[in-house]
Amino acid sequence: MADGPVAELLLQRLEAADGGLDSAEVATQLGVEHQAVVGAVKSLQALGEVIEAELRSTKRWELTEEGEEIAREGSHEARVFHSIPAEGLAQSELMRLPSGKVGFSKAMSNKWIRVDKSAAEGPRVFRVVDKVEDEVQRRLQLVQGGQAEELGEKERSELRKRKLLNAVTLKTYWVSKGSAFSTRISKQEAELSPEMISSGSWRDRSFKSYNFAARGMLPDSGHLHPLLKVRSQFRQIFLEMGFTEMPTDNFIESSFWNFDALFQPQQHPARDQHDTFFLRDPAEALQLPMDYVQRVKRTHSQGGYGSQGYKYNWKLDEARKNLLRTHTTAASARALYRLAQKKPFTPAKYFSIDRVFRNETLDATHLAEFHQIEGVVADHGLTLGHLMGVLREFFSKLGLTQLRFKPAYNPYTEPSMEVFSYHQGLKKWVEVGNSGIFRPEMLLPMGLPENVSVIAWGLSLERPTMIKYGINNIRELVGHKVNLQMVYDSPLCRLDTEPKTPQTQAA
Amino acid sequence: MPTVSVKRDLLFKALGRTYTDEEFDELCFEFGLELDEITSEKEIISKEQGNVKAEGASDVVLYKIDVPANRYDLLCLEGLVRGLQVFKERIKAPVYKRVMPNGEIQKLIVTEETAKIRPFAVAAVLRNIKFTKDRYDSFIELQEKLHQNICRKRALVAIGTHDLDTLSGPFTYTAKRPSDIKFKPLNKTKEYTACELMNIYKTDNHLKHYLHIIENKPLYPVIYDSNGVVLSMPPIINGNHSKITVNTRNVFIECTGTDFTKELGYRKEIVRADLINKKVGIRETPENLAKLLTRMYLKSEVIGDGNQIEIEIPPTRADIIHACDIVEDAAIAYGYNNIQMTLPKTYTIANQFPLNKLTELLRHDMAAAGFTEALTFALVARTTLLPGLLKTIAANRKMPLPLKLFEISDIVVKDSTKDVGAKNYRHLCAVYYNKNPGFEIIHGLLDRIMQLLDVPPTKDKGGYMIKASEGPAFFPGRCAEIFARGQSIGKLGVLHPDVITKFELTMPCSSLEINIEPFL
Repeated sequence: MADGPVAELLLQRLEAADGGLDSAEVATQLGVEHQAVVGAVKSLQALGEVIEAELRSTKRWELTEEGEEIAREGSHEARVFHSIPAEGLAQSELMRLPSGKVGFSKAMSNKWIRVDKSAAEGPRVFRVVDKVEDEVQRRLQLVQGGQAEELGEKERSELRKRKLLNAVTLKTYWVSKGSAFSTRISKQEAELSPEMISSGSWRDRSFKSYNFAARGMLPDSGHLHPLLKVRSQFRQIFLEMGFTEMPTDNFIESSFWNFDALFQPQQHPARDQHDTFFLRDPAEALQLPMDYVQRVKRTHSQGGYGSQGYKYNWKLDEARKNLLRTHTTAASARALYRLAQKKPFTPAKYFSIDRVFRNETLDATHLAEFHQIEGVVADHGLTLGHLMGVLREFFSKLGLTQLRFKPAYNPYTEPSMEVFSYHQGLKKWVEVGNSGIFRPEMLLPMGLPENVSVIAWGLSLERPTMIKYGINNIRELVGHKVNLQMVYDSPLCRLDTEPKTPQTQAA
Repeated sequence: MPTVSVKRDLLFKALGRTYTDEEFDELCFEFGLELDEITSEKEIISKEQGNVKAEGASDVVLYKIDVPANRYDLLCLEGLVRGLQVFKERIKAPVYKRVMPNGEIQKLIVTEETAKIRPFAVAAVLRNIKFTKDRYDSFIELQEKLHQNICRKRALVAIGTHDLDTLSGPFTYTAKRPSDIKFKPLNKTKEYTACELMNIYKTDNHLKHYLHIIENKPLYPVIYDSNGVVLSMPPIINGNHSKITVNTRNVFIECTGTDFTKELGYRKEIVRADLINKKVGIRETPENLAKLLTRMYLKSEVIGDGNQIEIEIPPTRADIIHACDIVEDAAIAYGYNNIQMTLPKTYTIANQFPLNKLTELLRHDMAAAGFTEALTFALVARTTLLPGLLKTIAANRKMPLPLKLFEISDIVVKDSTKDVGAKNYRHLCAVYYNKNPGFEIIHGLLDRIMQLLDVPPTKDKGGYMIKASEGPAFFPGRCAEIFARGQSIGKLGVLHPDVITKFELTMPCSSLEINIEPFL
């Protein structure tokens, strides 16, 4: 209570004091607990500038109960020594003394006493020296007299180990007059109330000041998942750039759309069970666009459209095999095929962000499923320079402005380029995406006009999210082992404004 | 992407100059390679097996270089050096040709028995060569890299190399019953039958991966010389007799396989210069383009009307199958990062996929209703989202109650009207986990969702209602079916205690799961 008796007494003493007061001394002078003075200091502090208080901490040494006993009556070993008469004492008897057990072994190691095991009535203890210096008692008495500083660190810690001494940290306040010092304080209101407002009494009251250093109370709220917040931002970026969203709501895809339509040969290692999850039920696609399938078959096995083809025996059974799609490019192939059926050709910009599945070795940055982001532009006469121009605009919306392009190989794009961005935090170029121009062997069988090029690029959603939110283990982000506290605490996703801090060494 | 490991100093010696790590990294980047790691044998062993094992291992600096999966010609030090030197115009691309031997030409006779197991075989002889230890190692390693990549782990093609001077042609490629094949295999001291070998190699960390290719076949492929010496039992193992060594001068190479399409030889292609310029987005003269292509190991010259470029594709560039492959090489030699970036003038109006648009709108209002979004695995091609949410709660039991979670994601069901025989449905699932079941909270959430979807609580066709129901996941009498727009869209209720305990949970829990597609 700000108007408690201790606070008032404190203020009176402070008025008379020269400079300031120590809270512990005030407590002694007033004959009250130190805690009561501390309470008064705190409540006066809450009033604003009435007083100033500086926290000081002092370390003090205090004897334990046993320590006090030893200071008074001597150490156990000394007491054992003194209890042995000149003719010695039976060990069994000595052990029954209150200090017997501890004192005996200490006195032995000090070489003050000895045991004669050959004595007739059992082992007998004798003095070895005439007189002993009780060093332990002397040291404890020093501490008791407030002269603990006389002892060395080593001696003190030895006494502490024997549980004779305790270090006590005493927190006191140095209190002085504040800029609004007054010995008279009126009772302050905690909060504004409806009554005060209606009666106008708030005009005559003073109010307790708020502690603005304290944290507020978080509102009860629901939270969006960080990965999906990033997904929303990527959708937004594509929409801002005029890209139409492709349907991707089919996790199950045929090998035809996932591989064959993309001119990926049937013996390609990606089509192995080790890389792809094939389905047992439904194991095969029920329908395929057979005219188009024939053109794809011919391109693979014999070539055409200016291509040598792969020259192998293309099998329909292989194309029918169902799988969990390994990339959303399967959905892009469907979208481009639909586009090719619309005559005359109209330019298109497509995007998608959805789950894909791969039989990968799992580690801190890889799961068997992840989200793929894909952008596609189809128009007459698109060039590699156009692809790079679109990538520059896209990545600059992510705040990545320093880009460079590396030649790469993808089975269904040619030319292909990997996109690297300079990471300020990691101080190196990191791969941020993969891109290319779809091969004519993919586009022409669909029925797209010969002079139409399709540029495309892709990246994972997880990697930029992990970098953005500083998450090192993908399991904390995706899947049921998610850390909900992380979800609760994650900030807005503003891809282009925040500095890129190096929170992860993931590469 | 295959990785080639080369000794740095040997590489620099072959390149005729040294580079700093950064300079070499830059050169790789430009050429489409990636300097993946700088290490040493010692470092590798120390990383994998600890410092003690690494004691005494070589600390010669190794460059690990990632090579694109289509460039089989770069899979060894010699190939890398050749590619880079031609790229930097320090040497001209060598021309490979078949040379007739002085004596009689060697023959490999393929018998009919091989048709059912591994029908194709080709052979060649490398004459008058001189190995050094490094070259020999590189030769063996290249063979292994080819096996792993273009040869599809020996399933497609297996290569065997032999010391020709220990053999005598003609050679016979045939197939025999495993019990009838008996020879001393590579690095073994006694003879075994093929059956015994298949057993022995079951525990061989390297060879066990290839056994499945011929295992359980009635006949195994085998190659003999004219004296009945076994050269190899492809695709598993060579014979010890014809083993090559550093001192081998003439190498007999045999390749057996299941497919025979690629023919070795030079091929010519003609590509118009303006096509290359148009595809890349540059304006180079035909002469310059021809020069660029020549740097990519594609000897080119301007012919005809001066706008045509004739390109010679060497047998080492089997990856060139279309003009677009040639366009890419011109672009690489030009330098990707020298290409002027331009924005296409493609004019389009963007549209959202309606289902995703609805999902986006709903998930924001679910969070506004106090529920937190989860993101669980779809890999199992699940038919309900509920188990994923319950597992999420189980993994977060230490969090303060109540836990209120939701997820809007796809489930998969079989559907014979779809081309692949299955269809996704977009589901919304929510759970409430607390000391009390909170049915009224989940019910209230349903009311809120319907309010958001502008569906009134009426029995009319346009409205929604819930009706007492049963479900194996729910506590009896605490489950209702949700009807909206005239159809059943899901269920809500209090979960059965058996379900709660199976998920290692201890509190009551209520849930709701609906299909949102009827509201599109």
